[in-house]
Amino acid sequence: MNGRITTLNRLQRGIVPLVLLAVFALSPLVLKQYALILLTNTFMYIILAVSWSMFSGPTGYISLAPAAFFGAGVYTSAVLGFALPFPLIVITGGLASFCMAFLVGALTLRLRGIYFVMFTFGLVELLLNFVLWWEVTVTGTTGRVVPPLGNTTVFYFMLAILACLLLTAFRLKHSKYGFALQSIGQGEEAAAHTGIHVTALKMNTFALSAFFMGAAGVVMATRWTYIDPRIAFNPTLSFLPVLMAIFGGLGQLYGPIIGAAIFTYLEEFLITRFPYHYMLIFGITMVIAIRYLPDGLVGLVQKAWKQWSRRKHGAAQG
Amino acid sequence: MMVTILDIIIAGMLLGGIYALIAVGLSLQYGVARVLNIAHGEFIMLGAFITWTLYTAFGVNPLLSLALCGPTLFLIGYVLYIVLFSRLRVRAASPGAYEGNSMLACFGLLFIIQNLAILIWGADIKGYSFFAFPVDFAGARFAANRLITLGFAIVIGLVFYLFLARTRLGKAIRASAQEPEAAGLMGVNIDRVLALCFGLGALMAGLGGALISMSYKIQPTMGLEYTMIALIVIVLGGLGSIPGSFIGGFLLGLVGSIVTYVEPGLALVAYYVIFMMVLLLKPKGVLGK
Repeated sequence: MNGRITTLNRLQRGIVPLVLLAVFALSPLVLKQYALILLTNTFMYIILAVSWSMFSGPTGYISLAPAAFFGAGVYTSAVLGFALPFPLIVITGGLASFCMAFLVGALTLRLRGIYFVMFTFGLVELLLNFVLWWEVTVTGTTGRVVPPLGNTTVFYFMLAILACLLLTAFRLKHSKYGFALQSIGQGEEAAAHTGIHVTALKMNTFALSAFFMGAAGVVMATRWTYIDPRIAFNPTLSFLPVLMAIFGGLGQLYGPIIGAAIFTYLEEFLITRFPYHYMLIFGITMVIAIRYLPDGLVGLVQKAWKQWSRRKHGAAQG
Repeated sequence: MMVTILDIIIAGMLLGGIYALIAVGLSLQYGVARVLNIAHGEFIMLGAFITWTLYTAFGVNPLLSLALCGPTLFLIGYVLYIVLFSRLRVRAASPGAYEGNSMLACFGLLFIIQNLAILIWGADIKGYSFFAFPVDFAGARFAANRLITLGFAIVIGLVFYLFLARTRLGKAIRASAQEPEAAGLMGVNIDRVLALCFGLGALMAGLGGALISMSYKIQPTMGLEYTMIALIVIVLGGLGSIPGSFIGGFLLGLVGSIVTYVEPGLALVAYYVIFMMVLLLKPKGVLGK
């Protein structure tokens, strides 16, 4: 009996994402260009937020390197643009970011707390300034042109990356590695003593999360068509995913998804309505979110749900 | 050749004085109040723009503005800590969670202050001429305002060092930095001391900004670069040490002036390379054990 229920649950769990995937896959047939672009942007931010929280959520290591990995993808796209078939470039960009993250991880993951944060942010600024210098003095250009792909193709590639990422993140979270990551976050020494290969696990997860950021960068570059170091390594792309993930809530996989979706829409809304006050309102939202919602939206909803069910339960007893 | 080397060294010292001053403020905010204030540069920018406005609109001597910028920014910092950070500190599950959350809140503050400044002053680069005549100094020529800047930076640093080392309040601050729990039990009002530290950090940023505006061009988006420089300096000199900040500042100023001499475009790259090397090899700073 019990076994049947769990199989049923599993089926139900599998059906919902499949239906969603099908809906999104068919949506270019119905949606207007503007909505399609907005949806692509949303997917990009969801990819950044979810892959960020895949590593930083359970371990508690706040990485400000997303812009570095994303930018590596963007530049892969610009450099290889005309040389390889596009799916190969996506994978190459992902692998470039993977390798970079692996290297960075090997160097830095023994740094704890704020030192890790500062290092990862320094990495973004270092790459930005170095590529800026390189482009001006060595290649003699400021920006590069990326072959455009068309909005629908970009959308499908982004959707495919997102689907792969969500599947990976879900599998990871519920595997023994997911639990191991969680225990690293709760106490690294203790985790090491229970036989977890702390460093290897951290490096691999960090690199895996960077793979998806890099792949997203490759795809996004083809939509922008013109890129330069300040667009590719824009530090805002490091802060936004972190903010989105924390705003949504790190406890659940859908927290960062909801956070990213809300923030992308908010960004779009604010930029069109208040172009001069957009960043100001954004900053205020950020401060308020951290001040009043330390567990994110998901945490808030869970708390409210708990309170509501307790009250209901209490009323039934009394 | 000798003159060029001397030129580079003195230019480095002049740059280093400013670097040291802005690093002392950040070091205090992070070392004691545990807030990694990414918006530190925005406080510097505020100080610079207040001084610029007072000078260009009312003809107030920038050195006089120092006396106004400091207290104004102290007040802003103090209130911010009471309203925002003390609440985050009390609610945080662990010191690590507090550091993360307070840093993210600072990112929010960065956007707020920077964009308010753009709304008030516009996004253009600004500057004014003050004591810009050249002075011969040890065989090299420099603008007088840079020498004034260096002199004030050293004096402010010294006064601040004495304040921490010699006064009762300074002792309370040092105690809170070492052992907040015990300091609280000994009758130190922790919340007020931490707010004071955050305010003093903002004050140093304001003074730094006022000095910067005398010899460099300013604009509302200048903050992050100075924040990063201050961060690099405190990592070089070791967290929470004022002499360390000065040594780190002069060291970085020297590196900056050498690299600028060889290849101007790479100065910032060199800063980040040094920053990352120090983080990896000696995370406690070049003086740390």
